Amino acid sequence: MLDELRELYQEVILDHGKHPRNFRHPDESNRNAHGYNPMCGDTLFIYLTVDEDGVIQDCAFKGKGCAISLASASLMTETLKGLKESQARALFERFHWLCTHDEPPEHEPEDLDAEAIERLEVLAGVREFPVRVKCATLAWHTMTAALDGQQEVSTE
Amino acid sequence: MSTLMQAAPGGNSVKALDVERVRADFPILEREVYGRPLVYLDSAASAQKPRAVISAMTGIMETCYANVHRGVHRLSQESTDIFEGARTKAAGLLNAASSDEIVFTRGATEAINLVAHSFGDAFLEAGDEVIISALEHHSNIVPWQLLRDRKGIVLKVIPLLDDGTLDREAFSALLGPRTKLVALTHISNALGSVVPVKEMIAEAKARGDITVLVDGCQAVPHMAVDVQDLGADLYTFSAHKLYGPSGIGVLYGRKELLNALPPYQGGGEMISSVTFEKSTWKPAPHRFEAGTPAIVEAAGLGAAIDYVQSLDYAAIQAHEQGLLSYATARLSEIESLRIYGTGPDKAAIVSFTLDQAHPHDIGTILDRAGVAVRAGHHCAQPVMDRFDVAATVRASFGLYNSEAEVDALVAAVHKVKELFG
Repeated sequence: MLDELRELYQEVILDHGKHPRNFRHPDESNRNAHGYNPMCGDTLFIYLTVDEDGVIQDCAFKGKGCAISLASASLMTETLKGLKESQARALFERFHWLCTHDEPPEHEPEDLDAEAIERLEVLAGVREFPVRVKCATLAWHTMTAALDGQQEVSTE
Repeated sequence: MSTLMQAAPGGNSVKALDVERVRADFPILEREVYGRPLVYLDSAASAQKPRAVISAMTGIMETCYANVHRGVHRLSQESTDIFEGARTKAAGLLNAASSDEIVFTRGATEAINLVAHSFGDAFLEAGDEVIISALEHHSNIVPWQLLRDRKGIVLKVIPLLDDGTLDREAFSALLGPRTKLVALTHISNALGSVVPVKEMIAEAKARGDITVLVDGCQAVPHMAVDVQDLGADLYTFSAHKLYGPSGIGVLYGRKELLNALPPYQGGGEMISSVTFEKSTWKPAPHRFEAGTPAIVEAAGLGAAIDYVQSLDYAAIQAHEQGLLSYATARLSEIESLRIYGTGPDKAAIVSFTLDQAHPHDIGTILDRAGVAVRAGHHCAQPVMDRFDVAATVRASFGLYNSEAEVDALVAAVHKVKELFG
């Protein structure tokens, strides 16, 4: 039983869950959104600083949630810095696939940063726990909402 | 001593619940999840069904199913007898004065919405006050907010004390000349706190012409309820928490009150006569039962009531209170575990958090150990806000749970600690 659970709760995830990176409200950010999961009450605020060229210069977050949602948000903030908007969207597309499929997709999304998706592999264990996929993707839905200029997003 | 305990007197007069025999009545308890025996500790969300309920539901469909109250044919008469028989049983369960005081609804949620609409339309005006409590399930909050938005009533909330019981002094202070209705839960679904509704109803009645609605969803599975003794004007519960099917519930109402209320929905079954100029309604309860009702589910509810009564509430209470004490003691031994709802009078519900892990992570880990609990806000977000938590883990016990299952819960919580460090 613990083996299956350790696939989900890997050391990296437990570490990011307990000590989330970029867990702060920056003074200056220009794309912000609040993500909320009404089923479980998890709530995340994502703060992006996107420059004139569409490059994400800073990504930070605050909020409350389970180990999976906090670790996923923390890892996301680490991987997004330096990526272009289109790369961030491609990364979410590929990350969502990772959380829901055992095999890689036939065609990788355009603009995918291969190194970034590799770092997110650590969350792949969530695919064995379908009800927890929404925990892993809440930060990403919220990030996409911020890029789209939406201020509120809720997932179930 | 708690009223639940008082209602379950010690000594030889109470026949003990034979848990193994009870468990054998519930086919689902034979199954495994992830290779482990199912430990079902989520009965407050919805209870499992004994074979008697399942058989009653398949039985009516196999032998005499037809629409009720309509046909002159034999099957319709037999189905009507079963359907109305369930009403009589529900009246007996609640000690209503008459089966005419029992309205079938889709569940307690619909019952509360019915009252908010019909009572609200008939008797409430802008500025009138409705009092609810901070323990309420969303189903006893939102219908009143909708009514507030429709009619401009004022909604007041009895606050909670730190032990998860209601602040009675605050209640006394909230009662006023504009108070028209008090809507209270009998037992908190999130914390297990038993609300002293009898005393509170008496206090409200002493203060004025105030109607009281009690949400008994969590009470009826655990304790004998006597609506006349409580003095409740309106009382509701859902069958699926009483080991019966989902899709049917009961609204009890004093006869003269029900007959003073306008219909909630219009349609067949509820009318005396219909012309394009004017229609007239049947008296209660049929006035509130527009359309073809949940016939098969009524058969299941009747069987569930028979089943629970055959086991005897005193025996059920003694058994469940034993489980509650044992679970509370075992879980309290775990350092870093905090229990919410620590009042003296509780039903067999234990709501807790653990410092190391979020309730959802705990829920996932418990699930892999075969232990089904609820992790979340339990449709009672104001209760969570009161204790400044987003969610709790809730283990809720039913008549089929055993001490061995409490041990399985405790062992699984230790696994969480092992994994999260």
